[in-house]
Amino acid sequence: MKERLLELFHENSALIRGQATPLVNRLRQNALDRFEKNGFPDTGNESWRFTNLEPVLLTEFAFDFQNQSRSLDIDKLFTCDVYDLDTFSVTLLNGWFVYKHAPLTRLANGTVIGSLAKAMEVYPDLVDQYLGKAVKLEGSGLAALNTAFLQDGLFIYVPEGTVIERPIQLINIVNSNVPLFLQPRHLVIVEKNASLTLVHCDHSLTHKVSFTNTVVEMFVAENAHIDHYKIQNKGRNSALVTSNYFVQKKDSRLSTSIVTLNGGFTKNILDVTLSQPGCHSEHNGLYLVDSNQHVDNQLFIDHAAPDCTSEQLYKGILDDQARAVFSGKVMVRRDAQRTRAYQNNKNLLLTDDAKANAQPFLEIYADDVKCSHGATVGQLDPDAMFYLRSRGLCERTARQLMMYAFAIEIVQKISIEALSQRLDHMVEKRLKGELSICDQCVLHCNSKEPTTFNIDLSLL
Amino acid sequence: MLSIRNLSVSINGKNILRNFNLEVKEGEIHAIMGPNGTGKSTLAAVIAGREMFDVDEGEILYRGQNLLEMKPEIRAREGIFLGFQYPVEIPGVSMANFMRTAMNEKRKYLGLEPLTGAEFLKIMEEKKKLVDIQSKLTNRSVNEGFSGGEKKKNEIFQMALLEPRLAILDETDSGLDIDALKVVAKGVNKLRRKDNATVVITHYQRLLDYIVPDFVHVLFDGRIVKSGGKDLAIELENKGYEWIKKEAGIENAA
Ligand SMILES: Nc1ncnc2c1ncn2[C@@H]1O[C@H](COP(=O)(O)OP(=O)(O)OP(=O)(O)O)[C@@H](O)[C@H]1O
Ligand SMILES: [Mg+2]
Repeated sequence: MKERLLELFHENSALIRGQATPLVNRLRQNALDRFEKNGFPDTGNESWRFTNLEPVLLTEFAFDFQNQSRSLDIDKLFTCDVYDLDTFSVTLLNGWFVYKHAPLTRLANGTVIGSLAKAMEVYPDLVDQYLGKAVKLEGSGLAALNTAFLQDGLFIYVPEGTVIERPIQLINIVNSNVPLFLQPRHLVIVEKNASLTLVHCDHSLTHKVSFTNTVVEMFVAENAHIDHYKIQNKGRNSALVTSNYFVQKKDSRLSTSIVTLNGGFTKNILDVTLSQPGCHSEHNGLYLVDSNQHVDNQLFIDHAAPDCTSEQLYKGILDDQARAVFSGKVMVRRDAQRTRAYQNNKNLLLTDDAKANAQPFLEIYADDVKCSHGATVGQLDPDAMFYLRSRGLCERTARQLMMYAFAIEIVQKISIEALSQRLDHMVEKRLKGELSICDQCVLHCNSKEPTTFNIDLSLL
Repeated sequence: MLSIRNLSVSINGKNILRNFNLEVKEGEIHAIMGPNGTGKSTLAAVIAGREMFDVDEGEILYRGQNLLEMKPEIRAREGIFLGFQYPVEIPGVSMANFMRTAMNEKRKYLGLEPLTGAEFLKIMEEKKKLVDIQSKLTNRSVNEGFSGGEKKKNEIFQMALLEPRLAILDETDSGLDIDALKVVAKGVNKLRRKDNATVVITHYQRLLDYIVPDFVHVLFDGRIVKSGGKDLAIELENKGYEWIKKEAGIENAA
């Protein structure tokens, strides 16, 4: 696979380079060298010990180095009406920005939303100033690979002092008749005193195999604020690795919520640098997995400056042979005095075959810090189950109620009311086995049979 | 209504109830008293269907049916209610949702239409008054953050909603202040009908001033060693359990 990718790069380098800036193309070359050296991560890599990418890479993938969606009438393909949310929504199809209205939209307040490929042409200085500045190429090889091949994705620029009231919604769709390998790249810049809410939905329209290797870079300037929500509802055959790199400046606030409702193979990497004092960083996650689904959440919070706080809460319910991995590392550097860092991972296992690996990890070099971490893996509380049943609830209902209660803590932390309600409903449906992968939006998708995934409640 | 015959129960090989017999008829109130650890809560749990206990011997008939073959939820829908000595906290499950689900599952079992949200809320408000509950409950999790006394009141509130035929109240009086005790007793008495029955498990004769029993049983070492009328409770209050042990010919066990 590695050799093939290197070949592909050379064969298609004119296409891949496209209209990218010279700086980006130099970065691309560095990244390619890095990928050539590191290759794909294997289970010998500490961060990939329990998550084996190898089987995913066995597929003969196709690549799409040309934006074919330009000519597509996306509104004919589907109408996406995800939440009762008033959002500014943009779509990526197979990794390419969909030119619904225009490749780039400039709002009256100066905000720019649109295609990264186009942004490299129209705002080369801005792109050069930020692109590649948060990503870490030395890691697993995947971020380097994405950077080498980067062509398009979402670009958002929010100028100083601008508060975006309407959430921006990114809908990331994979639709292909052949197994597709895609590598979207997103760049989000939120300037001083500005704020942004981004809702990022990943889903697939087909049940074909796909591998999405996404890299996101987000810059949260002084006193800026980003709320980032990610909802993953993908087919069983999809593999999705998302590497998110955040850099926070003085007094900025960042909150992320990742809700994984379905997915064959999902790995979310969150790498956050608290580079200046006074930052707050909050990260919540929920995963509901069954059958052979595999979900891995890897967080790294780098407290590089004093007086910052970070919180992580990840919760998951696992049924059948599902597997969940959580690794959360908090690094408190020597200067990061008065750091407050909390981390927790809770898993509910419904079968003996389901498995959760939790590895919370603290590395502390400062002396005035308050940190805590914890991880639990457990079953439903039998006393509570009996209490509910003793009032006439059948076992199935009692289990549903308990699982819902476990999961909903994460959903309730979501501050957009409409989104929280919608997710609440989706979680409930998911736990009843009634959520299809096409459910998330009212997609008129081409698949005839909606697939449902069933966390089996009737057993035991 | 309830006949327990020659019941022996154990947990992890440890015998708790032995050759236990009890007969409860419609309209009756029974009180079960006895020292700590003698098996009172075990008895209540076995009647309600807790699976962790092993029934080694004997049978329980409830309205002519073999109770031991029924799942806990079926027992509940058939009219058995257990007021827990230690009500369980269930974070995230709202009281209102829980009770509405419970009532509707029972109604479905009985072939009745489910209650609408509005109907349920109306009934809930009525029953809250019965046990003098002020808090809203709709958005509160089951027993979470309730004080000891509030938990006990909440048990009676649930009983009022479910209108059982046979209620077993396991130390519902402990942890209640005197006013709350009266409220709870009043609630229980209001819920009394000719065709239902109540078994109260208690350590204190005080409760029996308000809920007047037809029979008082003394449980010791897993079986009933003495039964009598309500005067027996007064006698116990005055004299303790020693004389009963002697009377029953039981050596002072360590
Ligand atoms: N889960 C259990 N595992 C082991 N032993 C148990 C368990 N539950 C109860 N027992 C034991 O069974 C015996 C009877 O307990 P039970 O709770 O029925 O007593 P009780 O009469 O209700 O006491 P109290 O007045 O203190 O409530 C005790 O010795 C207790 O330790
Ligand atoms: Mg007891």
